[in-house]
Amino acid sequence: MSIEIKTDSVEPIRQTYSHIARRFGEKPASRYQEASYDLEAKVNFHYRPQWDSRYELNDERRTAIRMEDWYAVSDPRQFYYGAYVGNRAKMQESAETSYSFCDKRNLLGRLPEETQKQILRLMVPLRHVELGANMNNSKIAGDATATTVSQMHIYQAMDRLGIGQYLSRVALMMDGTTGKALDESKGYWMDDELWQPMRKLVEDSLVVDDWFELTLLQNVLLDGMMFPLVYHRMDAWFAEQGAEDISMLTEFMRDWQKESLRWINAMMKAVAGESEANRELLQQWIDHWEPRAYDALKPIAEASTGLDALDEVRAELNTRLKKFGLQSTGVSA
Amino acid sequence: MAVKNKKLNLKDKYQYLTRDMAWEPTYQKKEDIYPDESFEGIKIVDWSQWEDPFRLTMDAYWKYQAEKEKKLYAIFDAFAQNNGHQNITDARYVNALKLFLTGVSPLEHAAFQGYSKVGRQFSGAGARVACQMQAIDELRHSQTQQHAMSHYNKHFNGLHDAAHMHDRVWFLSVPKSFFDDARTAGPFEFLTAISFSFEYVLTNLLFVPFMSGAAYNNDMATVTFGFSAQSDEARHMTLGLEVIKFILEQHEDNVPIVQRWIDKWFWRGFRLLSLVSMMMDYMLPKKVMSWAEAWEVYYEQNGGALFKDLERYGIRPPKYEDVANEAKHHLSHQLWTTFYQYSQATNFHTWIPTEEEMDWMSEKYPDTFDKYYRPRYEFLAKEHAEGRRYYNNTLPQLCQVCQVPTLFTEKGDATKLSHRQIEHEGERYHFCSEACCDIFKDEPEKYVQAWLPVHQIYQGNCEGGDVETVVQNYYHINIGEDNFEYVGSPDHKRWQFIKGMAPQQKGDDQAEKTVQKPNAA
Repeated sequence: MSIEIKTDSVEPIRQTYSHIARRFGEKPASRYQEASYDLEAKVNFHYRPQWDSRYELNDERRTAIRMEDWYAVSDPRQFYYGAYVGNRAKMQESAETSYSFCDKRNLLGRLPEETQKQILRLMVPLRHVELGANMNNSKIAGDATATTVSQMHIYQAMDRLGIGQYLSRVALMMDGTTGKALDESKGYWMDDELWQPMRKLVEDSLVVDDWFELTLLQNVLLDGMMFPLVYHRMDAWFAEQGAEDISMLTEFMRDWQKESLRWINAMMKAVAGESEANRELLQQWIDHWEPRAYDALKPIAEASTGLDALDEVRAELNTRLKKFGLQSTGVSA
Repeated sequence: MAVKNKKLNLKDKYQYLTRDMAWEPTYQKKEDIYPDESFEGIKIVDWSQWEDPFRLTMDAYWKYQAEKEKKLYAIFDAFAQNNGHQNITDARYVNALKLFLTGVSPLEHAAFQGYSKVGRQFSGAGARVACQMQAIDELRHSQTQQHAMSHYNKHFNGLHDAAHMHDRVWFLSVPKSFFDDARTAGPFEFLTAISFSFEYVLTNLLFVPFMSGAAYNNDMATVTFGFSAQSDEARHMTLGLEVIKFILEQHEDNVPIVQRWIDKWFWRGFRLLSLVSMMMDYMLPKKVMSWAEAWEVYYEQNGGALFKDLERYGIRPPKYEDVANEAKHHLSHQLWTTFYQYSQATNFHTWIPTEEEMDWMSEKYPDTFDKYYRPRYEFLAKEHAEGRRYYNNTLPQLCQVCQVPTLFTEKGDATKLSHRQIEHEGERYHFCSEACCDIFKDEPEKYVQAWLPVHQIYQGNCEGGDVETVVQNYYHINIGEDNFEYVGSPDHKRWQFIKGMAPQQKGDDQAEKTVQKPNAA
C-alpha cells in the first residue's frame, strides 16, 4: 500500500526555458542544465575592452583552441553553485574535525623539530603555488565563454584558495598562531634553491595569455604531477619519518584531487577529441610545459620521496594524456 | 616551535590566510603579471593599506553558503510542488519578473565574469580575493534566479528565453550596454561602477525593489531568493565602500578620475533605474512604495549622507543629481507611457492602471500625475475601449549612451522633450540629456561603438526589415503570447481560470495570435 496525497495539478505551458529546450528537447530540465547553459552574452557587444581591444567581450578567440560549441565541455559532477558549495561544505566539515583533533592534541607540536622543519620547507610553501593556481583559474573564469567551462574554473579558483588556507593552517598550528612558521616557510619559497624552479614556473604561468593553454599547464600538467607527488608519495614519505599525522591534514587535498580529475579529464577529452588541430596545439603546449613542470618538481622530489616517485607520477600523467591522444615527450614509451 | 611570539589577532590571521600567500615576483616583471593595473591612471602607492572588507576563509564560506542554499532550494521545491504561482496577488505581477529575468539576471552573469577578471587583474591579493568571492556569489545569483523563475516560466509567457533576448531586444540594450561599459573599462573603473555606484549607492533602488515587490505580492520563490542573497549583497556593499576609500586614500591624483567615474556611473545607473521606477509604480499590483519615495529615502537621504562622508576626500555629489532628483516626479510615468506604446516589441505586457491605482499615483505624485499623466491614460483607455488599443509603429530614437528612447523631459518643464545632439567626426549623435552627452564627450571613441537596436533594425542586421519579423524571429518573442496588452492576453486568461473567473478554453493561445494584432497603422 502506498499513500497518495491529492494535489491540484496544473498543466504547465512549457517544460523548461527555450534555450534549454533547444539543446535538450522540450522536457523537464535538471537544475544543472538550467543553471549552466547559454546564460552568457554571446552577440551584439557594445564596446571593445579597453584592457585588450583585440577581441570583444566573451570572445572565443581568447584561446587558440577552437570548438564548434564550447558547451560540449560539461561537468560530469553536474556542479552548479548550490551543488558545489554543498559538496565542499561536507568536505570541509570532515577536514575541520581533523584539524581540531590535531590542534587539540598538539600532534604537530609533538613532532621532532627536524620533521617540523621539513613540513615547513617541503610542504607548506605549496600555499604559494596554490595562490598562483587561484589567480590562474580566476583569469580563466573571466576569459572562458561557456558557463559550463567558466563555472568549473571559478570553483577551481576558490578551491585553490581554500587549499592554500589549509596549508597555511598547518603552519599556524605548529607555531601557535603567531605567523612565525609561515614567515619561515615563505622564506624557503622566496630564497631556497629547492623552490626556485617552481616559483619561476608559477610566475611564468601568470603571464600566459591563452586561457586554455593556462588550464592545460595549471590544472592538467602541473597539478597532474604535483598532487600525486606531494599528497600521496610525499605523504607516505612523511609517514616513514613518523609524521603520519600530517595525513589527516591533507585528506582534503587527496579527496579534492580525485574529484577534480573527473571534470578535467572530461574537458580534455572533449577538447582534444574535437579536432586534429586542437590535438596538435595541445601537444605543442604539452611539449613546452610538461618538462618544465617536471623540472620544477624535481628538487622537491629529490629532497623527499626520491626521483623515482616523480617519474612514476609522470608516467601516470602520460597514461592519462594518452587517453586523449596526447603524450608527454619526457616519458620513454 | 620553541620560541613563540604574540598570537595573531583576527585581522592579521586573515591576512596570513589570504594576501600573505602572495609574494613579490622576481622571475617575471610585475607589470607583465598585472598589465591592466595602470592604464587608467590610478596610482596605488601601497596595496598593503587595503583593508579587507570582510574576513571569510573558504571553509567558512562553503559552510555558510551551503546552509543558505539548502534552505533556499527547500523553498523552491515546496513552491513548485504546491504551485505557489497561484498565490501571487495578480498575474500582472509576473511582468516584473519578466523584466527582472531578462534585464537583471543576465547582469548577474556578466558580474560573475567581470569579477573573475578583476579577481585576477589587481596586484593586491586582498582585493583580488574579495573580488573573486563576489565573482562566485554573482554566479550563485545568476543561477538561483534561473531556478527561482523556473516554475513561473512553466506557467507564464515572456520568461522563456532571457539571455537570448538580453543580447537583442531594444530596451534590454539599456542594462546590457551599462554592464558592457563597465566590463570593458579598466579594473578600477569596473569596481567604481559596479561595486561602488551600483552595489553600494544604488542597490536599494534596484535589487531591493524587486525583492520587496516579491514579498508584497506573495511571490515566495523570489523573495526567498532575495533574503538568501541579502548577506552576499552586504558583503558586496562593504567591498564597494572599501574600494572607493582605498583608491582615494592612495593618491590625490586619483580624486579627479574617481569623481569623473562617479559622475558617469551615477548617471548611467540612474538611467538604468528608470526601468525599475516603472516596475515599482506600475507593475506591482500591491505596491511597496512609490519611486519618488524610494528615491528620497535611498538616494537623497542615504546617498546624501554618503557623499557628505566622502567630502573629506575632495569628492562632491554626482553632477546632475539635481536633474535626477527633480525627475523622480516624472520618471515612472514617462517610462510606462512609452512602454505601453511599444508592447508589441516587449516580452512583457502593459496595461492602463486601474482607477484605484491612478488615485494612488495622484496621492503619491500630487504635483505631476493629474496634471500630466492621468489625461494620457484616460485618452489611451478610451481608445482601447473603442477597439483602438494604441501601439506606436514608429521606432523610437535611442540615446547614444544610455540607449533609453529619448523620452525624458527637461528639468522644470515636463512638456519639453530633453534632447541633445553633437557632431563627432562627421557623424551626428543624439542624446537624452546633457549628462549622457557629457559622458559621450569624455570618451567618444567608446560610445561611437554602441550597438543601438533601432539603428541595427533599420540597417537590416536583425533578420528582417519589419518589426513583426524582428520581434518573432530575431528576438524570439512569441507574438500574441509574450507581447501586447495584458488584458485578454493568454497570461490574463489563464489567471482568470486559476482564480475561477473564466473557463479554460482549448486553443486560447492559438486564437491570440490572430486576434491581437496592433491596430495602429
